[in-house]
Order: sequence, then C-alpha cells, then structure tokens
Amino acid sequence: MSFLKPLIEVVNLTMAYGDFVVMRGLNFTIQRGDIFVIMGGSGCGKSTLLRHLVGLKAPARGQVVYDGVDFWGSDFAKQNDIMRNVGVLFQSGALFSSLTLAQNVALPLEEYTDLRPAQIREIVAVKLALVGLAGFESYFPSEISGGMRKRAGLARAMALDPQILFFDEPSAGLDPVSAHRLDDLILQLRESLGATVVVVTHELASIFAIGSNSVFLDPQSRTMIAGGDPNALLAASRDARVRAFLTRGEEDG
Amino acid sequence: MPDNRAQIEVSRPAQGVLCVHLGGCWRVAASQPSVEAIGRQIGPPSDIKTLFFDSHRLEGWDSSLLAFLVNLKKFCTRMQIQFDPGGIPEGLAKLLALATAVPEKTDARRQDARESVLSRVGVRALAFKTAGFETLTFIGAAFTAMLRLPGGRARFRQTDLALHIQECGVRALPIVTLISVLVGLILAFVGAVQLQMFGAQIYVANLVGLGMAREMGAMMAAIIMAGRTGAAYAAQLGTMQVNEEIDALETMGIAPMEYLVLPRMLALMLMMPLLCLYANFLGIVGGALVGIVTLDISPLAYFNQTREAVELWDFGTGLIKSVLFGILIAVAGCMRGMQCGRSASAVGDATTSAVVTAIVLIIVSDAVMTVVYNTLGI
Repeated sequence: MSFLKPLIEVVNLTMAYGDFVVMRGLNFTIQRGDIFVIMGGSGCGKSTLLRHLVGLKAPARGQVVYDGVDFWGSDFAKQNDIMRNVGVLFQSGALFSSLTLAQNVALPLEEYTDLRPAQIREIVAVKLALVGLAGFESYFPSEISGGMRKRAGLARAMALDPQILFFDEPSAGLDPVSAHRLDDLILQLRESLGATVVVVTHELASIFAIGSNSVFLDPQSRTMIAGGDPNALLAASRDARVRAFLTRGEEDG
Repeated sequence: MPDNRAQIEVSRPAQGVLCVHLGGCWRVAASQPSVEAIGRQIGPPSDIKTLFFDSHRLEGWDSSLLAFLVNLKKFCTRMQIQFDPGGIPEGLAKLLALATAVPEKTDARRQDARESVLSRVGVRALAFKTAGFETLTFIGAAFTAMLRLPGGRARFRQTDLALHIQECGVRALPIVTLISVLVGLILAFVGAVQLQMFGAQIYVANLVGLGMAREMGAMMAAIIMAGRTGAAYAAQLGTMQVNEEIDALETMGIAPMEYLVLPRMLALMLMMPLLCLYANFLGIVGGALVGIVTLDISPLAYFNQTREAVELWDFGTGLIKSVLFGILIAVAGCMRGMQCGRSASAVGDATTSAVVTAIVLIIVSDAVMTVVYNTLGI
C-alpha cells in the first residue's frame, strides 16, 4: 500500500551556498494528502528548502526521497518523471512574460499531452476559472495585478493535475480576502484532487487554517527545531522560539 | 542671527556624575558635535559613573540627535558608565529605546576586513577557474541540445524560432545597411588616397571587394549583431532568471537549454550568413560610389574589376566566418543571460558582459581564422 509510505522524505539534508551553510541536519517526511507548512522567520532558508525539494538546487549533503526514489541520485529522465507530478507556484507567479495567460497555462499541456488545441483551450479556460480569472485568457502578465499574476501562476501549476503542489509564500502581497480565498482553494485542491500541498509561508492565519504538518526552521541554530501539526505545536510546544513565532511574539521567550 | 547650531556642554554637578547639556537645533543638514568631544571631557582615567541629560535649551531635533545618542550610549556601555536617559525629550527617549532594543546581530554584518594580496589573487584565480568550468559546461549543454535537433527531439516552440529569426534578420537590415555602406565608403577612401599616387585608383575595386568579402562584411555584421541581438538575448534571459521564469520552466521539466537557448542560437546561425552576404554587397556598393563619384571610374569598369578580383570562394570564406560569429554571439548572449544573478543590476552586468565577451570572441576567432586561411592558402 503506497498510502502508508511517505510521499517525500528528507534525510539529513544540508543546504549550502558555497561554503555558507544555510541549514543542516533536516529530517522530515511529508505524507500523502498532507498540507505541509515550511515555516520560520524571514531569511531562514525556507525558499531555499523549497528549491531543494523541487529539484532546482542540489543539496550539499543528504537526500530528498520521492516515493522511495532518491531524487538527486537519479538520472535526468527519472528526475523529469518525478517533476511531472509536481506543480510549483513561485513567489511572484513566474509567468512567462512573452506569453498570454492562456498560453502560459497551456504550455505544460502542450508539452506533455497529445490533446487537440480545442481541448487544451477548454482545460485552460477551466483552470483559469478555478482561480477566478475567467475572461483574462488573452491578457499578458504585465497587464494584470500582482495578485492576479499569482493566481494565474497557480492555474499554470495545476495545469497537469499534479499530485504535489508547492507554494512559495502564496499569500504574500495579497489582501486578506484574497489570501483567505487562496487558503480555501488550497484546501479544496487537496480534497478534490487528492493533492499533497507543501507551503512556504509565515502567515500565521494560513498556517493554522490549512496546515496539517509542518517543519520549523530556526536561523540561529541553522536547523529545524520543531515539526508536526501547527495547532498541536501551539498547544504543546515548550520551545520559546517556536512559541514566540506562533503567537506573534506575545509570549516572548 | 541667533546662534542656534547644535551644541553640547558638560558639567559635573556632583562627584562621579556628568551632565550633558544639549542645546540649539539638531538637524541632519547642519554639522554636529561628535561623541569624541564628550569622550575627551570624560578622559581615560575616569571617575564618572553616571551620565544624564539636560535638554532645556534644545530647540529642535531629528535623526541626527538620535544617531548621536545611540553612539553615546554605546560609548557609555563600553566605558561602563550608567546611561540615564531621563533628561531627554520623551519622544526621543522612546526612539532611543527602540533603536537599542534588538541587539546587533554580530554575524550578519559583512566582514570588510582587508584581505591580503595573496588571498585576493587566490580568490580571483579560483573564480577564474569556476568561470571557465561554467563556460565549458554551457557550451557542452548547448552542443548536446543542438545534437537533439536532427531527430526532432529538441523541444521548443516553432513560433519562437520564427520570432527570433525575424528579430535578428529582417529587423537588423536597416542598421546593417547603414554600417556596411559606410564601411565600404571608408575602405574606398582610405585606399584611394594611396592608390591615386600610383595612378592605380581602379584597384580600389579590388581592395573594397576583397576587404568586404573576406573580412569586413562578416566582421561588421557580427559586431552589429553582438551589440543588438547578443545584448538583447542576455537581457531577456537575465530578466527571466530574475523573474523565476527559468526556474518555472525547469520545474515543468522543460529544459531551458532547448526551449530558450536553442531557438536563439539557431536564429542567429541561420541569419548571420544572410546578413553577411547582404553586408558584402552593400559594402561593395559603398566602395563603388566613391570610385564612380570621386575617382571617375565608370560603373562598368568598376564592376568588371570587382568581378575579376573577387572569386566566389572569397565570399565563402566570409560566410564560414559569419556562421561561427553567429554561434559565438548567441553563446555569449545566452550564457551571460543564464548565469545572471537575481537583481536588476545583475541584468545590466549580464548585458554588458555579453557584448564584451561576444566582441572579444569575434575578433580573436577572426584573427585565428585569417591565419588558418592563410596557412591553407585559401
């Protein structure tokens, strides 16, 4: 039963830029159906961890294991197979500025499926409608707002119905209502598509609303100092740094 | 005009106590007393234990006074003097508390200690090695992407290729026209002055014809394209790097090397020979203008002389060079773009570097090719 096996396993991961070690000794597992939150203060290496998980940066030491397969020990074709089941929403959306929204969402479909152009158009329209951007098909990324760009990026990330979705600071720069809608969308995606979601964020509201598991990175000790359900962490954690983070510094130290 | 410059005085109301009288107007624009002035008052063998303030004569303040007080507070901590902020205006005291609330993160501040010459040379040498390795990696990756092309396995959008071909082909014609006609004119003028002394002005046709076909046509077209298209490639790819677009492509499993770099390289490789040929003919036309207008050579005589002097193969040598230049420009532009850092200034650096790299490569490879042609006798 693959359901019992962890989907992603991070084993003794050390992240470094050259000689500068960002984080060391990271060990955690992401289960199927989790909404896994990577949290921690600004600049502690959350986004760097995400880059390691999605295959953009090779670890200095340690492994990222997808479904029992060591990602960084695999050859290029195998890595590509793994990444095909993954969708990533980057911080700024990372839409291709030379393509319209529809072309952006259609790109992965054109690359990986044999659908006819008409079918692709239909799917693109549905994906854009899911993120509330129906009717914006022919707009270029430079013509829409930052929040809309982020949602369009989500539509593109979902284009191939990936099993795992990564979000890099999804609610940063969004107004509270949009941020809440995005949280709802993430929950619905998990329920309807059975997707596993990994979120990098430091928005407390989001963390408590959607997170079912988490890892807490601490920049001072350069490693993870806590993990588990964020709500349980808030109730039970005795670590001052974790408590200060989860209570907006009201329980300081 | 009353003197309201920032000023400090100190007094010692009691044993071991120093009172700092703040006076005048502390504004950023004007000059202010320094902490050292107070340091001198206290003196190294100090009996001062407490320091407090009197701000009755303070007329106005802004961040400059805050900066002064922060420094003074640090100084007091160092000298183990108790710092009593009681006499400071209330708002200022709060700001001071805020500025000193979070202790300085000692390991975050960059070390700007001077490195020794040896270690700097070492660092540069290592950086050079890394850069060389990156260049080789890029060229290797570009080459393997190129190899996937014949089987149709390289994935990129046909429309992208068409766009790039249009951009570095048709759109470049006006500037190539202007420059190559002028280069032909210049060659002819320079030659005419010398050749007229021997009454051999008809040989201007040889000079211009051979010069354009073998050297200048390919070279001028390449330098124009390096400044125009090479820079554009670096800026486009650099901006995509900044915008995480290249990361997005990679996570989609689409190789940027095939999707972004290959169509740009192909476009330049296909268009450069055509531009070169076009530049050759326009350069010859420019030379002919000089010959006909100022040297009184008849158009037919000029044409015949050119045809006798320049063989078809001479154009061939230029065309071979132009294909090579096209590859070099595309590689330099795309490589700098792909290596671009993640900031706006990095895009500027990438663009500059792309043009410089391309022009250096063009001139060096041209010299090499000329020597090779010469040795082979072609």
